[in-house]
Amino acid sequence: MTQLTTPTPTARPAAAPSAGSRAAAVGRKLRTRLLHIVPVLLLVTFGSMLLVDLTPGDPAATILGESATPDQVAALRQQLGLDRPLFVRYGEWIAHIAQGDFGRSIRSQQPVLDAILERLPVTIELAILAQIMAFLVVIPLALYTAYRAGGRADRLANVVTSGLVSMPPFLTALLLVFVFALSLRAFPATGWVRIADDPLGNLRSAFLPALALALTELAVLTRVLRSDLIATLQEDFILSAKAKGLPTWYVLLRHALRPSSFSLVTLAGLSLGRLIGGAVIVETLFALPGIGQLLVNSILAKDAVVVQGVVVFVAIVYVALNVLTDVFYTILDPRTRVTGA
Amino acid sequence: MKNSTTPTTTAPVPAVVEGPAPPPPAETAAPPVARAKRSRTILVKLAIGWLAVVVLLAVFADLLPIPGYDVRIGRPAMGPSWDLASLLGTDGLGRSTLSRLIYGARVSLAVGVVSVLIGMVIGGVLGLLAGYLRGGFEKVVTILTDSLLAYPPLVLLLAITSTLGSSLRSLVISLGLLCVPTFTRLARANTLAFAQREFVTASRALGGRPLRIIFREILPNVVLPVASYAFVMAAVVIVAEGSLSFLGLGIPPPSPSWGGMISAAKDRLATQPHLVFIPAAAMFLTIFALNVVGDRARTRFDVRESAL
Repeated sequence: MTQLTTPTPTARPAAAPSAGSRAAAVGRKLRTRLLHIVPVLLLVTFGSMLLVDLTPGDPAATILGESATPDQVAALRQQLGLDRPLFVRYGEWIAHIAQGDFGRSIRSQQPVLDAILERLPVTIELAILAQIMAFLVVIPLALYTAYRAGGRADRLANVVTSGLVSMPPFLTALLLVFVFALSLRAFPATGWVRIADDPLGNLRSAFLPALALALTELAVLTRVLRSDLIATLQEDFILSAKAKGLPTWYVLLRHALRPSSFSLVTLAGLSLGRLIGGAVIVETLFALPGIGQLLVNSILAKDAVVVQGVVVFVAIVYVALNVLTDVFYTILDPRTRVTGA
Repeated sequence: MKNSTTPTTTAPVPAVVEGPAPPPPAETAAPPVARAKRSRTILVKLAIGWLAVVVLLAVFADLLPIPGYDVRIGRPAMGPSWDLASLLGTDGLGRSTLSRLIYGARVSLAVGVVSVLIGMVIGGVLGLLAGYLRGGFEKVVTILTDSLLAYPPLVLLLAITSTLGSSLRSLVISLGLLCVPTFTRLARANTLAFAQREFVTASRALGGRPLRIIFREILPNVVLPVASYAFVMAAVVIVAEGSLSFLGLGIPPPSPSWGGMISAAKDRLATQPHLVFIPAAAMFLTIFALNVVGDRARTRFDVRESAL
């Protein structure tokens, strides 16, 4: 029944729906992507390794402080391997990364991967919450404004979204703090409650930061879904669904939404990666113990090894998410499968 | 910046992976209502007006009868009053908010203009060469731009800042680098469209060398559509600079910048919110104006949609 009510739009010729061709297409896509992604990853990791090398001053001298003798510095340099050629060190470093060894913090001696994994859940929770919030607003708003395109609500939404697009994330966050935390006192302005300690308190402490992230995503997503929906609503199958006398909400939700959501899914996949970057601002402002805060604190503490570890970790995750989105897109949209290499 | 810090619909989505991109959102605008169109042109004029005011104030800041940005003129955190120096009140150290705002505009605009220019020149040349020469060079350029896009923008900025330290120079370098991939892609896409045209074939048949064809035949056609993205990129760069300053990693004090003013005042949000909201409003209006003008410039000059 559910399959019957979501017909393929006429503009999109259905590809052979056999499972075999789909798997083959996905495999082919994955292979070409991986071929391209390997040099990108090599460059990205190499660039990240240079972060420590290009830092002015000698890392060994920075670690030991100003009272160190030249002999001590030289000994530590040898211990850290800083006296060997760049490419040799890159090979070793990348081999260590592949085994999950991101080095140790210069300050606390904590393994970098431990520090990252300790804070990762906070950032991921924020990103997922923000995405859910964004979708809760985007889908009804886009459906309504597309259905009544050019109407009063549509024009109002257009003004609001173009305003939101011009709001830097840190301004959105500050505005939310001012309204909801300082004026209404509905939510805490800073701090993080762990989900294991108090699930409800956890949600309360995550609400404002997630909303700040969601608001910056929301404008772009609404515009994309709205314009795709407007195109879909002009298709013949929508007319026929209306002619059958189906209620408007049913036509919008069951017939129009799915064929219009391809760009939305792609953008959402990409924005998960962006949210990780955006979390830097929000985590710093709300004092949340996530990856972004780790990055900023390590920069302020001049802990180059942790900075390097976080940067390379985030970059790898970002690339992986992009590839996954791309492949997922092949599964969703048959058209991208037809045009083989 | 796209990305995390690029809150613009207009910034190209930083897809790391090239290939069949998702279909571009159909430009199905609302039915052309005359009134809506007129109000849009008014908006564009207002935006140009605001940008002109900001640019003029920033350029002629030294000639204006305002106190220096690091001079204390009164008590800290005074409210606005009818006197030019304290028209917008004073900041947490008793310095004139108005002068800091105007001198801060200088920093924001200088950083925006210079880094966008750097990104446009480097990215434009790379994109032109990649789009015309194709082959191995194009592959190398694609991998380079994809590698730059593989970092979330703010993370890339922070990484470079942590390496070079926070100074005006490192800020301009890192923000310029941030603009390069966008302009490379734009220039390459536009070059691809023009490289197939008859006048290029004619020039090649007449024995024109590749460099001559690229810079004399293709460049003049590509420069306008690519440059029309400069406004939007300037908005992205100003947001990025503000974000860095907000994290305390931007231009070092006492030089004022809008992000730095917001950052310095954020602890007084509960007691003196105007200290945050005045620079915030200036920043928002400038970014909004840049986006409005940029949208108009792009629909006017970007012929890619009709050409491809």
